[in-house]
Parts: sequence; C-alpha cells; structure tokens
Amino acid sequence: MRVQSAGAMGNKMSARIWFGGAAAGLAALAAVVGWMREPRQYRASPPLTAALDQLRLMPNAISGTPPEVYFALGKPYETTAFDLSQGKRLYSWFGCSACHGEGTGGKGPSFIDGWWLYGPSMVSIVASIRDGRPHGMPAFRNRMTTDEIWQLAGYIKSLGAYTASVTATARNDEKTGRPAENRAPAALLFNQGPEPLHPDQGPTP
Amino acid sequence: MFSASLLVFLTGCSGNQSALNTHGHSADALRDLIILITVVCTVVWLMVVGFLLWALARRREVPRRDSDTERKMALSIRLAIAATILTVAGLTIASFYTTRDLNSSNGASLTVRVKAQQWWWQFAYQASDQEPPFLTANELHIPVNKDVRLELEALDVIHSLWIPSLAGKLDMIPGRKNIITIRATRPGIYRGQCAEFCGLQHSHMAFVVVVEEGAAYQRWVAAQAAPAVEPAMAEASAGKAVFMSKPCAACHTIRGTSATGTSGPDLTHVASRRTIGAGLLETTRGSLAAWIADPQTLKPGNNMPLVPLTSDELRQISAYMEELK
Amino acid sequence: MTRDQGARVPLDVDISDAELERQLKETWSSKPGLWGAISTVDHKVVAGRYIATAFVFLILGGLLAMAMRLQLSQPEARFINPDRYNQIFTMHGSTMMFLFAVPVMEAMAAYLVPLMVGTRNIAFPRLNAFSYWIFLFGGILLWVAFALDTAPDVGWFAYVPLAGPQYAPGKRADLWAQMITFTEVAALAVAVEIAVTVFKQRAPGMSLDRIPVLVWAMLVMSFLVIMAMPAIMFSSTTLILDRLVGTHFYNPAEGGDALLWQHLFWFFGHPEVYIIFLPAVGMVSTILPAFVGRPLFGYMLLVMALITTGVLSFGLWVHHMFTVGLPRVGESFFTASSMSIAVPAGIQIFCWLATLWAGKPVYKTPLLFILGFIVTFVMGGMTGVMVASVPFDTQVHDTYFVVAHFHYVLIGGAVFPLIAAVYYWFPKMTGRMMSERLGRWSFWLIFCGFHLTFFPMHILGLWGMPRRIYTYQPELPWTSLNLFVSLSALVLAGGFLVFFVNAIRSRRNGLPAGSNPWGAATLEWATSSPPPPYNFRRIPVVSSLDPLTPGENELPVVAGLRTDRRELLVTSVVEALPQARESSTTDSVWPFWAAVATSVMLVWSIFTPWAVVWGSIPVAITLIGWFWPKGSPEDES
Repeated sequence: MRVQSAGAMGNKMSARIWFGGAAAGLAALAAVVGWMREPRQYRASPPLTAALDQLRLMPNAISGTPPEVYFALGKPYETTAFDLSQGKRLYSWFGCSACHGEGTGGKGPSFIDGWWLYGPSMVSIVASIRDGRPHGMPAFRNRMTTDEIWQLAGYIKSLGAYTASVTATARNDEKTGRPAENRAPAALLFNQGPEPLHPDQGPTP
Repeated sequence: MFSASLLVFLTGCSGNQSALNTHGHSADALRDLIILITVVCTVVWLMVVGFLLWALARRREVPRRDSDTERKMALSIRLAIAATILTVAGLTIASFYTTRDLNSSNGASLTVRVKAQQWWWQFAYQASDQEPPFLTANELHIPVNKDVRLELEALDVIHSLWIPSLAGKLDMIPGRKNIITIRATRPGIYRGQCAEFCGLQHSHMAFVVVVEEGAAYQRWVAAQAAPAVEPAMAEASAGKAVFMSKPCAACHTIRGTSATGTSGPDLTHVASRRTIGAGLLETTRGSLAAWIADPQTLKPGNNMPLVPLTSDELRQISAYMEELK
Repeated sequence: MTRDQGARVPLDVDISDAELERQLKETWSSKPGLWGAISTVDHKVVAGRYIATAFVFLILGGLLAMAMRLQLSQPEARFINPDRYNQIFTMHGSTMMFLFAVPVMEAMAAYLVPLMVGTRNIAFPRLNAFSYWIFLFGGILLWVAFALDTAPDVGWFAYVPLAGPQYAPGKRADLWAQMITFTEVAALAVAVEIAVTVFKQRAPGMSLDRIPVLVWAMLVMSFLVIMAMPAIMFSSTTLILDRLVGTHFYNPAEGGDALLWQHLFWFFGHPEVYIIFLPAVGMVSTILPAFVGRPLFGYMLLVMALITTGVLSFGLWVHHMFTVGLPRVGESFFTASSMSIAVPAGIQIFCWLATLWAGKPVYKTPLLFILGFIVTFVMGGMTGVMVASVPFDTQVHDTYFVVAHFHYVLIGGAVFPLIAAVYYWFPKMTGRMMSERLGRWSFWLIFCGFHLTFFPMHILGLWGMPRRIYTYQPELPWTSLNLFVSLSALVLAGGFLVFFVNAIRSRRNGLPAGSNPWGAATLEWATSSPPPPYNFRRIPVVSSLDPLTPGENELPVVAGLRTDRRELLVTSVVEALPQARESSTTDSVWPFWAAVATSVMLVWSIFTPWAVVWGSIPVAITLIGWFWPKGSPEDES
C-alpha cells in the first residue's frame, strides 16, 4: 500500500514539477525579454532623426512616402502610447492651440471634422509642421527636433482618426470641448468638406 | 542611553536634509518626539529580547506545564499587557501634545504659494508694501525666526513638500489646498525634496530653502521683484534675441521682456539661484549650456523639450542666462 | 453515523485497512497525464502548485529588488534608467504583495486547513482549482507585460492622478489594475473555501475551542479577505473606468476626488497586511509547541488576539495617509487606533515568550526562524508604533524609514514564519526532511543579511532619503550607507538561495520523514507523509485541543462513509457534531476552461469595455459545463 501511495504521489509530483517548471520558465523568459527590450526613448539618436527627416512628398504636397526607417521602426509615432502622449504635450507646449484650439480649429483648420487640407498621411502632417503651409501655418523646422515633429504629427493624426487606436491618449482631467482622443471623434463630428476637394484630402480612412 | 548617544552620532553626519539635524521650530519638536519614542521603543525591544534570551538560556530538565506555573505565567502576561497599554497610551499622549505644539503659530508674517508640478517647484511671493509680486523656482527664501505660511497646491499629480530640517512633510494634492507653517531658527541653507512618488523624475525634484536674516532677506526680495537686467555683453544680447525667437519664450517668462510663457520656471533671475533643474546642477554657465543643449539626457523625461540650436546660439543663450542675476 | 444503506453501497465499515485504502485511492485519485493534472481538484495538489508558483514569484520579485539595489549602490548611477526603475519597483511591490505574500498564505491555508480539521478535501474543490488558474494567469499577465515594456510604473498603490488617464499613458496602469482583479478573484475564492471548510467540515468533536490556532488564523484571514477585497475591487474597476470609458471618479476637475482612491485602496491595503501577518501568527503558534515540548500557552488569549487584530485592522487605514492634510480629530482617532493594535500584537508575543520560557527548546531550523521572527517582528512593531504617531510620521512617511519598517513587518513578521512553516511542513508535503545543516546556514544568512540590509534604511530615512527614487545626488550623505545596504542584500539573497537549494535537493534526496517527524499534536500528522489523495483512511474523532498528544496512542475514528464516491462528513458549526455525508466533487477540466474564459474577458476588457459583454458568453458556457447536474443526490443526512 505504501508503494502504491508513493507511486500516486510521484505522479502528482511530476505534474507539480511540470507546472512549476513551466511557470518558472515563462516568468524567467518574461524577465529576460523585459530586460532586453528597448525602454521608452526620451531622446532619439541623431542618425535616426536624420533618417526620419528624409521625406518624399508628392508634387502637390499632399501625401508621399515616409522614410524607410519609419517602417523599420514599426511606425512608433502612430502606434505607441508614449509617443502619442509626448505629442499631446508638445501640442500644448508649442502653442498649437493658439490657432487650432483643442483640435477643433480656430484661425487654423480643425483636425476632427474628417477632412484634411493636405491629406491624412503622416508624411503630409510632418511636412506641414516642419515646413509650414500657405495661409499662416509657420514652419517649426528650427524650433522642434525631428522626432518631436513626428510625435506631434502622430498625435494630430490620432485626433482625427475615424477609429480610435487602443494606444490613443485618454481624456484630460480638465474639461475639453471635444471628445477624448480614444473616442473616435472624426466619425462623430463628420462635416461636409470644403470644395473643391482633391481625393487625397478626403476623410481619414 | 545607548540609543540616545547613537542619535547624537547620527545627527552629526546627516547633512542639510535630515530629520535629525534640525533648525526649525516644528522639526525641533519632532526630533524630540522621535528621540523620545525611539528611546522608549528601544528599551521595550531590549526587554523583550532580554526576556527571550533568558527564557532560552535558563536551565531546566523538562518542559513545565503544572497548574502553578501556568497561573504564574497568566499573571505575568496580564502585567505585561497592562504595561503595554500604559506605554502605548503614554506615547499616544506624547504624540498628541507634539501635534498641539506644532500648530501653535502666532500669525504668519509672510505667505508664499507653492505650486508643485512635474518635476519642479514654483514659489509665488505676494506683493508687499514696497515690492510687486514675483515668482521664483526651486529656491525658497525665508526670514529667520518668522512664521512663514506656505500654501501648497499641485498642478498635475500628487507631490509632497518636505524640508526635513525645518518641518515634517505635507502632501500637495490636485484639487485641494494644504497649508503648512514653518519657522526656521537658524540662518542657513536647507534642502527639501518631493516625498510622494510623482513619476519619472521624482528623484530629481528638489529645492533649497535659504534662511536669511531680515535685512539680507529684504535685499533678496528687492532684487527678485525687479525686472530682468538688460544684457550687457554683445553675446548675451544676441542670446536674448535667440531666446525670444525660439520656442523658449513660449514656456518661460523673463519679466521686462516679451517672454511670458508660464509652463516652465520663471527665468527672470535664474542666475541668482543656486541650482537649475530642480536641484539637479549647480548654476554655472557650463551647466546652463549643458541643460539647454540636452535636457533629456541630464534629466530623462522632464518637461523641457529639446530645442534645436546651433552651437553659436547655444553659447549666446547661456551667456544671456548667466547675466540674469 | 448512518449505517443503514444496505449491502449494495460500499461503506468503509467492516473491511480491512488495506482493502479500504485501495478503494479510497481508486475513488479519490486523479487520472494520470496532462489532462488529469489540469483537471485535478485535490486540495493538496492545487495548493502545492499555488505554493510553488508563489515562491517563483518571490524569486522574481527578489531579483527585481537586487536590480534596485544595484542601481542605488552608487549616486547618479546609470545601470537602470528611470522609466525601467519605476517599473521595477512597481513590479517588486505588486509581485510581492499580490502574487507572493497573499497567495502563498492562502495556499498554505488551502493545503493545511483540510488536513488540520480532519477532512478529505477542501470545500468547493473546483473553485479551488479555478482560483489557482486565475492566479497563475494574472501573474503571467503582469510579467508578460513587464517583458513587453508595458509593466505598471506608478507604484504598487497606483495613486491617482499619476495612474489616471492624463498622466499614465498607455496600458501600463490598466494592466496593473486588471492584475489586481485576477488576484482578488483568486483570493476571494480561496477565502470562501477556507471559511466553509472550517465551519462545516471539521472532524467530529473538534468544537470551536479545539480548533488549532493556525486554523483560527486562517479563518480570520479569510474573513479579512472577504471584507477587504471588495474595496480594492471597486477601486481598481473605477480606475479602469476612468482610464478607458472616461468616467471621473478620481478627477478633481470634474467633481471626483484624488483622495477617494487612497481611502479605498488603504481600506483594503491595511487589512492586507494582516491578511499576510495573521497566518504567520497561526504558523508560529502551531510550530512552536512542537519544539518546546509543551502545548502553547494562552490558547484563548491568542485566538482572541487574532480576532481583535482582524477587527481593528479595518480601523487603521488612514495611517497610510497621515500627510495628506487631514482634520485634526481624524488624525487623533487614527493615531489612537493604530497604537492600539500594538496591544493584541503584544499579547501574541507574550504568549509565545511564556511558552518558550516554560518549555525546553530544541533548536531545529523551524525554531530558529521563529526566534528570528520574534526578534525582528518586535522591532517592526516598534517602528510601527513610531509611524502610528502623526507628528512622527510626517518626518518618516514615504522615506526609507517606512521601507525599513514594512520590510521588518513583512519579512520579519511573515516570511520568517513562512520559511519556518516550509521547513516544518515540508516532510508532510513531500515525505522527506529538509537538510538541517543547510537550514542553519539559510537561517543565519537570511537573519544577518536581513538586518544588515534593512536596519540602515531606518537611518537613511531619518537622514532624509525619500523612497521610490531611482537615484540620488553625490553631495547627499547617503552614499556609503546605500552601498553597504546593497552589499548586505547579497548576503540576504544568498540565504534565500541556500533555502531554495535545500528545498529542491531535499525533495528528491531528503531523509524519509515518516508520518510525524516532529512529534507534533495536530491532525495533519495523523496521516502518512505525503498524505494520500483521500487524506485520512477514516475520519478522526477529536476529543482535545491536541489530538496527537504523545501518550494517547490510538486516534479514535468514525466510519460510515461510502468508498465508491467522494464523500466527506459535514458537521455543525459550534460543536462539530456530525450532520450529513456530503459528496465532494469529482475532477473536472471545466474550472480550467472557466479560468481561461475569465482571463480572456479580463484581459480583453483592458482594451475595450465591450469585452465585458462579449467575453461573458464563453464564461457562461464554461460555467454551464462546470455545474452540469450529475443526477445524483448531493448529501445524505
């Protein structure tokens, strides 16, 4: 009987070892991967920013091709919460709201009515911030670093997105005059766009 | 007595941000309470450990469980419980009296509004008879032996104001206003630091408190209330122009110029302060230049964005900053 | 007992012990293989996994602590950047509190309580299995998040607004809040099982005044869990709502209140300390008598102290908030109540000291750890009295003094007894003894390493060093002490290494233990080591507080339970008089699937509130599978 009972326990033991081992292995793996992954970047490396500066715009200055390095990075400025939240802070620090309000527009165009004068692509938005646009949009080339421009562009794009990304920043504590960034505002506030429209200026997909 | 002498030793080498090396009305009272409770607790602990050692060391043949022993033990435990209650009650009363002492202020002569934000301190001095109101950052000046009322506010997350050598800490909570009154008893420079975890640069959110004699304090107030000096050197004048044309002016105020931003510290007299970056670096021309050139490496994640500058512009701006005494 | 079931129903009467064991084993054993392992509901197997997993989290949390000590060993060190450091200390605190301390104590309860009250399985065994899977998935969630650089970075109590929508971008804080949901579901499940097991499944004759102190402690702990966890459940849910749905519970700008979070969190957080500490009190009270050769002194006093501590622990939460600027009356009340908890704690210490004084100590490793516990915990209690005083606390709150204090209380007060308990019950759990030589090494390394590491932190705190800083400047006078602390932490880690090596080696190569190696008096030692799946061949009958007291040879038993299905005995709450035979559930894989479905729903709901709607459908399906009626009567009076 003692032998039998020990055998049964042995079975359970091996199961327990199996589970313990699996849990320990998973957790250790997680710890190692966690240690090796890149943490949040507070300052982009100079070669990277130089590469990000290489935009190719279409002749009409609407849309274009982002630099290859942007895809190699995994489009961080549109998809990571940290960069989006940095963009949100840059939006207020660099006085964007003076003309664009809380994204609702003012002297400058609105970002959340579903229409983009120069199209909704990242390249166009980056170009608008970096080089300025006619009718009053100043160039920020000498005021912001390249990665700051990309962060800000990512945030502005997220403001007018039709479907909110899970990485979008959340509401402010203070009351705002528009829905929170994670609430798909463009779909709610869709407006008839200005005429005449280039097809690329159309609603954000 | 051992712990008391240990405390004296510990006080000696503990710097200007220490709850033991105190020069403030309330911190002194708190230090006395700390010493009192520590001594009482040390004695109690020694008694417990002493009894434990005796219980282990005493010779005995067999475990005792006769009714006579049990009765004696029950009696001793009752006595011990009574002693515990008395000690605890005594300490509670001592604590109440200290609290009452701490709040025995007789009207503050000076009120400063302290606004904490990620990750620096703004001190707003009110207008007095002679001087207009002014703002400064990360450096609080107070006159010695005067009650100073600090109105504490937080602009973003919870922070906590703590100047261990002068007073205990008090939290700064968004949506609330807390008030603490401090009185320094000796001129000197004391360090304070945020004591409630407030995010990435919680570690680098310090400030200095400069306690001065009345006259020196008044001179300081007069100097701070004045608008910024016009730069004398050509390099500094060029720096001023760069400052105004770059985004610097969108966040910083320099009184007497067109720079009126409010999200960063007021720089009107930045060079008169002992540190920059909330206690991060000593103020020198070199450290100013280093900070402007690359704030995110010196204090990763802080709210000063990197602004692209040529090396000439950087030199000019730091020359300008250095003249803002 | 009823014995009138007729010949067709196999009962455990009138058959030989060997035949009875064969039949019981057939009925109670789990199937071999992976599915058998996943579907088992044996409380010993489940609790064993629970304990092993919790210790894995202890190791991980310990590694994080070593990483922090590396970073703090020098001023302005750059080993770890601030963002990573904030994640590390949050992970350390969350792992230790939610994935190690509470689960390991509940797991010890789930293992020991059914054995100590003399029953065959815990109440609601499937819920127990479910609880383990939920706990495991919650832990994996947190650590995978760490691997993906989305670990929480807001501290283990996640104060708003720092953890709120505006200041904590990304899903880091949501992952933390949802991990809380996992662990609180797991903890509540075990707490309910323990309470029911203690109330309704005690061996006949084990009236309330004959319950072992450990079981009392676990019962009080269970009630603390049941009453404290709803507060954190509410707060973590509302935090996610604020962040995901845009509510304003904690937003002062819209009528919410940042302090509400602190009240809710600490209304749970303070009892949590006692959820961890009371089981340790029970362990000490149960282990001590075996090594001093006499019963515990002051059983009634200790039980009353346990209950008093449990009740008082709900009246102290504000002492975590002494610096928020409370009204004077409130401060005074909470100072007094915080001080008063020293009285029941003192009573416990006095009872143990008296037991030691009257007994004849045998210095085996468990006793060494208990002595280390008394020395250390009393110091933690003394600093506890200090921080209970509002004015004192304004100088040490949120400094390294407090870090030192709660490590004295949690490591000294709970981990030391826990290690003693592992050394003590390891023979019961595995059938093998742990090495005494390595045990002594581990004790001295851990004890000395602990004090060298944590005592200087008191001084650092008084010298003005706040907690949760990732670095400090060289001009501050903290450098040498921090280096000393970091080096001492290596000694402490070495002690734990020896302990784990000992446990792993002894499990295979330890000396066979026999059923009662310590000559202890509680019921778990009445069965073989390790216990068979059915725990006891026949349910014992208890007639005293110490049923296995040497000299009383044969333990009386009851008979009349069926052997062809899992049955256990239900007894009355106070007197433990037999009331009914109740069937205990069979193995089932449904708790596993229910846990998977629940986990999917909870993780999904970090990203969209609709997950609660759609995710509940698979949960409902698995629960239907779980509770599918079998068509047989559940109990017979």
